[in-house]
Amino acid sequence: MTKEELKIKLTELIPAATIDESSEWLIINIKPDELLTTADILRNKPELNFDYLFCQTCVDWKTHLTMVYHLESTKFRHQVVMKVQLDRNKPEIETVSHIWRTAEFHEREVYEMFGVNFLNHPDLRLLILPDGWEGRDPMRKDFEDPVNMIKL
Amino acid sequence: MTDKFKSDSSLAFPGEVHPTPSGGVLVSKLDDVINWARSNSLWPLVFGTSCCAIEMMSAAAAKYDWSRFGFEVARATPRQADVIIIAGTIVNKMAPVLKRLYDQMGDPKYVIAMGACATSGGPFFYNTYSVVKGADHVIPVDVYVAGCPPRPEALINALMLLQEKIKKGLTREQIREESKIEYQKAV
Amino acid sequence: MYRETEILKQPGIGTPDVFGDMVINVGPQHPATHGVLHLILTLNGETIKKVEPHLGYIHRSIEKMCESLTFRQFIYVTSKMDYLSSHINNHGCCLCVEKGMQIEVPAKAQVIRVLMDELTRLASHQLWWGAGAMDIGALTPFFHAFREREMINDIMEESCGTRLTMNYMVPGGVMVDVHPNFQRRVKEFVAHFKNKIDEYDELLTGNVIFQNRVKGVGYLSKEDAISYGCTGPTARGSGVSCDIRKLYPYEVYNKLQFDEIIETGGDCWSRYLVRMKEMRQSLSIVEQLIDNIPEGDVQAKTKAVLKLPKGEYYSRVESARGEFGVYIVSEGGTTPYRIKFRSPGFSNLSALDHMARGGKIGDLVAMMAMLDLVIPDIDR
Repeated sequence: MTKEELKIKLTELIPAATIDESSEWLIINIKPDELLTTADILRNKPELNFDYLFCQTCVDWKTHLTMVYHLESTKFRHQVVMKVQLDRNKPEIETVSHIWRTAEFHEREVYEMFGVNFLNHPDLRLLILPDGWEGRDPMRKDFEDPVNMIKL
Repeated sequence: MTDKFKSDSSLAFPGEVHPTPSGGVLVSKLDDVINWARSNSLWPLVFGTSCCAIEMMSAAAAKYDWSRFGFEVARATPRQADVIIIAGTIVNKMAPVLKRLYDQMGDPKYVIAMGACATSGGPFFYNTYSVVKGADHVIPVDVYVAGCPPRPEALINALMLLQEKIKKGLTREQIREESKIEYQKAV
Repeated sequence: MYRETEILKQPGIGTPDVFGDMVINVGPQHPATHGVLHLILTLNGETIKKVEPHLGYIHRSIEKMCESLTFRQFIYVTSKMDYLSSHINNHGCCLCVEKGMQIEVPAKAQVIRVLMDELTRLASHQLWWGAGAMDIGALTPFFHAFREREMINDIMEESCGTRLTMNYMVPGGVMVDVHPNFQRRVKEFVAHFKNKIDEYDELLTGNVIFQNRVKGVGYLSKEDAISYGCTGPTARGSGVSCDIRKLYPYEVYNKLQFDEIIETGGDCWSRYLVRMKEMRQSLSIVEQLIDNIPEGDVQAKTKAVLKLPKGEYYSRVESARGEFGVYIVSEGGTTPYRIKFRSPGFSNLSALDHMARGGKIGDLVAMMAMLDLVIPDIDR
């Protein structure tokens, strides 16, 4: 589907979302408690069929965190970006690893780098960082490590 | 630098030949013979972490063959290896593993730090929280090779330097004193 | 919903039980892991019950480092991430920056970029073939593969400057023009390699021992491949059509004649065949382009200091292992605000646990050889 058709379809199926058209793909902004229903709609509705999560990451805007999900349909070849805004002091969100299996590893990485807690994740622990780095959240903007990081 | 490799004394079997009617008698020191044997059959440990490992594999392959110098048998277990070539970046999570491998090797053992990352952190020196800025923070290093990644010829040059070092038979501190004196003479 | 994880958390399956489950490390330093990958295997005898990868032994915090580098500098760190397809990684970053600044790349630079990409893909597949066969036990193909790879390395050294991590692409084109000998040497290489690739087939593809090691091992179905996010030859061996060069063509790929290779077997044998056939396709792309390099500039005129306008940009390229994505969030300054590299190995590795259950350790080695993992790509 083209971008306009997709926009019409999404406003009809997900009324609570705000849709942003400023970049190459459509961006859907939703609240954290609507994540599972929206993900279910995007994955299972036959005319949308977003079965391929190709990038899942988090961006630290200094007042809040934003989870970014890039989705694509292998059948219709359209893409959409889903963004969820999280509270910085207590970032919690549901996991989508039962819908898209690739999210298991991606969510573990976001957990260790940003400190986001994924509820009902099968195995949430450190993936890339060494032991003892729980809670240090290196990718956040206020991370300081005067011992290891030598600033240019 | 190149003169050292041209002279006969460093590559030939150590000792003096006294000619006698039925051939000759070779007189040598036992230490020299042992050092000569050790330097010509160093077995490297298979240890490559990142890009320099590919150049190490190229040095082992047919074009820049390093088995001409005796490094043919690359063992996977540190118990049977003589030299560990640190090819790649060492990060904080890998440093205890490297120390454990070095401890498991049997004496005499030698270390070559290959590439910019193992020498000093390389391109990952600034603004990283997880890179060890040089493998010599973890284990003592004998030869450093510059390059990112160094050419296979540079690695073979480093191996030949290591052979020279072994043939001299000096300890690390003695070599350091000697090179300080030579540097001051040159300056 | 998948219930497998709940079943596996019960004692007896996946956790060591009293009847002799063994937990062993396939440690960070191991000749068969192509880098530093730490796998914790739960075994019952020699049958694998669970594979748990522990990553991070080469985590160089590249994403954090890129936040303090300028838009011209961060490109060259990516060539050390997946060092076997270093041109392709640089290409992906340059495409993202060009998308943001809306720079038009001249035709000659586009052709040179595609030529370098395809030569890099050939070199990467050659090394995969040699090292993968060495893991499975065949020691001869290693030397054959490196002999041909040295020819490509020499061509790259003449034009780009170094043999392995060639930092040759800039936003707007390539750094300098190719060497005058480039065309002649590439033609010699193509003529030489056409015979050699038949020799590779003779050595390994028709070998009964190799086929028995690799056929029927590591089955991955099509739905699982899409769900785990696998791309590249791993997914194409299971029937998923995902070649970025065909679906979302960039540079001159839409004007070239080449096939997307898809096999439906789903096991390691299909992935092997996909890569062997891809080598032939890359060779034919190089042949089509080498006589038709247009005249012109090799670099578009850009400012010395690049500042991407505020917004977010995503670009994808097909590297030798799968889809490589670059996601830049920019706030209008000279350094990016957040960069995320979507590496193909990260998702391909998450399917390893699923594929390896029920097999033996020898099968695990064959699976890792055919998945073609490069660990710095996964750890970033």
